[in-house]
Amino acid sequence: MNVVAPFEGIGVSVKRKEDLRFLSGRGQYTDDIVRPGQTYAYILRSPHAHARINRIDTAAAQASPGVVAVYTGADLAAIGGLPCGWQIHNKDGSPMAEPKHPVLAEGKVRHVGDPVAVVIADSRERAKDAAETILVDYEVLPAAATMQAALAPGAPAIHDGIAGNLCYDWHIGDKAVNDAAFAAAAKVVTFETTNNRLVPNAMEPRAAIGDYDTTTGEHTLFTTSQNPHVIRLLMGAFVLQIPESKLRVVAPDVGGGFGSKIYHYAEEAIVTWAAARLGRPVKWTADRSESFMSDAHGRDHVTKASLALDANGKILALRVHTQANMGAYLSTFAPCVPTYLYATLLAGVYTTPTIYCEVKAVFTNTVPVDAYRGAGRPEATFLLERLMDVAAKETGIDRVELRRRNFIPADAFPYQTPVALQYDSGDYQSTLDEALATADWAGFEARRAEAARRGKLRGIGVSTYLEACGIAPSAVVGSLGARAGLYEVGTIRVHPTGSVTVLTGAHSHGQGHETTFAQLVSDRLGVPVAQVDVVHGDTAKIPFGMGTYGSRSLAVGGSAMFKAMDKIIAKGKKIAAHLMEASVDDVEFDRGTFRVAGTDKTKSLGEIALTAYVPHNYPIEEIEPGLDETAFYDPKNFTYPGGCHIAEVEIDPDTGRVAVVQFTAVDDVGRVINPMIVEGQVQGGVAQGIGQALLEHAVYDTNGQLLSGSMMDYTMPRADDLPNVGVATHTTLCTHNPLGVKGCGEVGAIGSPPAVINAVVDALRDYGVSHVEMPATPDRIWGIINAGRKMAAE
Amino acid sequence: MPQVTLSVNGKSHTVEVEGRTLLVELLRERLRLTGTHVGCDTSQCGACVVHIDGESVKSCTILALQADGTQVTTIEGLAKPDGTLHPMQEAFREYHALQCGFCTPGMVMAAIDLVQKHPAGLSEKEIREGLEGNLCRCTGYHNIVKAIAAAQDVMHGRRSELARAEAAE
Ligand code: FES
Ligand code: FES
Repeated sequence: MNVVAPFEGIGVSVKRKEDLRFLSGRGQYTDDIVRPGQTYAYILRSPHAHARINRIDTAAAQASPGVVAVYTGADLAAIGGLPCGWQIHNKDGSPMAEPKHPVLAEGKVRHVGDPVAVVIADSRERAKDAAETILVDYEVLPAAATMQAALAPGAPAIHDGIAGNLCYDWHIGDKAVNDAAFAAAAKVVTFETTNNRLVPNAMEPRAAIGDYDTTTGEHTLFTTSQNPHVIRLLMGAFVLQIPESKLRVVAPDVGGGFGSKIYHYAEEAIVTWAAARLGRPVKWTADRSESFMSDAHGRDHVTKASLALDANGKILALRVHTQANMGAYLSTFAPCVPTYLYATLLAGVYTTPTIYCEVKAVFTNTVPVDAYRGAGRPEATFLLERLMDVAAKETGIDRVELRRRNFIPADAFPYQTPVALQYDSGDYQSTLDEALATADWAGFEARRAEAARRGKLRGIGVSTYLEACGIAPSAVVGSLGARAGLYEVGTIRVHPTGSVTVLTGAHSHGQGHETTFAQLVSDRLGVPVAQVDVVHGDTAKIPFGMGTYGSRSLAVGGSAMFKAMDKIIAKGKKIAAHLMEASVDDVEFDRGTFRVAGTDKTKSLGEIALTAYVPHNYPIEEIEPGLDETAFYDPKNFTYPGGCHIAEVEIDPDTGRVAVVQFTAVDDVGRVINPMIVEGQVQGGVAQGIGQALLEHAVYDTNGQLLSGSMMDYTMPRADDLPNVGVATHTTLCTHNPLGVKGCGEVGAIGSPPAVINAVVDALRDYGVSHVEMPATPDRIWGIINAGRKMAAE
Repeated sequence: MPQVTLSVNGKSHTVEVEGRTLLVELLRERLRLTGTHVGCDTSQCGACVVHIDGESVKSCTILALQADGTQVTTIEGLAKPDGTLHPMQEAFREYHALQCGFCTPGMVMAAIDLVQKHPAGLSEKEIREGLEGNLCRCTGYHNIVKAIAAAQDVMHGRRSELARAEAAE
């Protein structure tokens, strides 16, 4: 065995390569970039949720000091609207309603924050000053700020020609079979819930710089994006009609995304278009208030569900009716979130034989809603795992036992669910057992009693979850309405001296790809991690790519690299065979060494690389020089991480404050490449899940004003709101990708919210509550405790 | 336009600024020290924390003119000239206390001041409370807290070397 020392391959917590630049202030985020002659854009946004624009007077702004240009919707009318990347069909087979999403408002504004005009000046301040002089004559219209208001008879029409503000009315499952199962059930449990609307709030606000080379006609867009090639495709082809060869999109260091930086946003088109028109670079950077009213929000479902059980607590059927808020326009991938990323997950980890789910997607006068960490899967998991606890209470079966009785057994894989997905692997009993042991579930009652002596209400909650990620087989998603393929691209470039550059279509904005991907290469090719450079985020450097979301980077992007390494090794074997005068079939490869089987004749990868680039003694008739291979990898299936999260909370009955005092996560994310990074991903996801469960809520008033529109009003989790998060992994390998990996980016945010709320409900068990809506704020909890006390007193 | 003279990372600068220019704008846009970040507009996130005369300050909350005559240290000025990292930087790397890196400069600057102000050492709870002014959306703070706890031992001379992070299982 030829082992690299120290071993830096799969399974080792290698310290991150990217850290040094971030720790020394040398990261390069979009707003850090300065282009020569740069101008600054400021976007004037609607203060109204719904209004007709009668007139816009920009004369004073045009004449303001430092102003280069002022544009309104009229100037951009000739360019396309922002496209939607996924088309859902209604129950009757007709396509969803897909209203135009203008880059700048055309005649009407439909949410607070809708862009109305852009001022470009020689400084940010002057652009902002000038924007204040723009006079917009708004005729304010009644707004529909909630789905209930938008669906009510006589509701204001947000888009002309879209009846009842309904985007689509979709369903999945066999209703007749489902109805029959309910009719035969011994017990039916019902549950209603609102999945709270969230603001992703990546710490780096969105930013974009447009640049244009007047001599070559080449456009460059620097942008805070999770998927620069997708932006190039959407903006180039649908909005600005720029051929790919003339449009370069660069997503440099990006300060977190969580989904919110997947989408193609108006500002990207504005700066790209304006830079060409002005012949000068144009930079736009959101301030946080703009982020709140222009970044796509997440979640926002209202759901009614019923669960049918037999007398032994075996689930017979699940029926779900969900309304999903789309906001005022369709963001890039919005329509697929409450359908194919939600309803198809409703089997969860259980053997439910029949599921019927109906989803109505609704337009409202609010910021568009799209995928946010987990996207659809947290909503499905929250519903299922609350439903399991409600069912346990109503049937008198222990909540852990009820889950066990319904688990898909570890020997039942591949497992076909009634809602389209086929799970390849999993072991839910084991992740549950391990989590119960780690969290000392058995010893909980003693802790509850001890807390009670201190005047605190202590509760414990469990969630056993599953998600589908590693998005996704192109043919499958295509048949479901995706307007893109979801493969990934990887290039392995072995240089003449044996160092390696990896080009990947995935994008890292916190995930540590530069390290994890280097480990993959190091593990297989035997090159030290320090000599493997990972390049991402630039359409001019990377052949193609679909980007990072849906926990796909390793499962899909890593597999593309693996395939490219296959090609490198295959070619290397031919060169090695030639050099060692052996048959190709006799050449073996292991971690950087080519060997003629059964002999001590070897060649290192470095020697082969040098020969490939200096092909003096080379099978030139048979193969080309060079050692540089690209692979496109299209996944065969989704991947299915799952596991168990256990939360323990303490409530102060005097204030209603909930503290998560212990959190245990045991996740099956498939093969783990870098345990340190996986733990960090899970901890970060859990923090966002606890944020959803206890703190975060994007609240609109009835007029469509965003009440939680700043970090003063929207409660972001802080260090003292969160516990230490114990993370362990229990691995079953993914069976259909070459790495056996599943994905770890979203599990934390998916599994944790119901664990926390189950714990809160458990803590309040003496107060007659069967459910607490998210976020479980002190106000809500105190109200419950107070009402419970009153009831007890009466 | 008024002038401000200040030392940043040991180098003296005299710059003309508008009355409304914030210190963070001076640092980022005039001095091109873009390690200091802006994450909010309500003084909530702490991405902009720098040291002024050794104390941590949110540089988005102070006018450039108010910093006249002061000594400012930013994240770029923390490591020794030979590149040796400050123990806090070292600890953040060792404990994987950063992901996207956007909150990191402010977090490191705030953490150093926090530790310096507590020579007797900080408990985990005190560290969490001490980070009240800094937001991180990526890490869930778990590893940030661990990094600060490890760095304080080195900063206060209780250990000569950083305690290594436990190998993840
Ligand atoms: S930028 Fe957020 S506190 Fe200064
Ligand atoms: S590391 Fe991304 S915000 Fe803290």
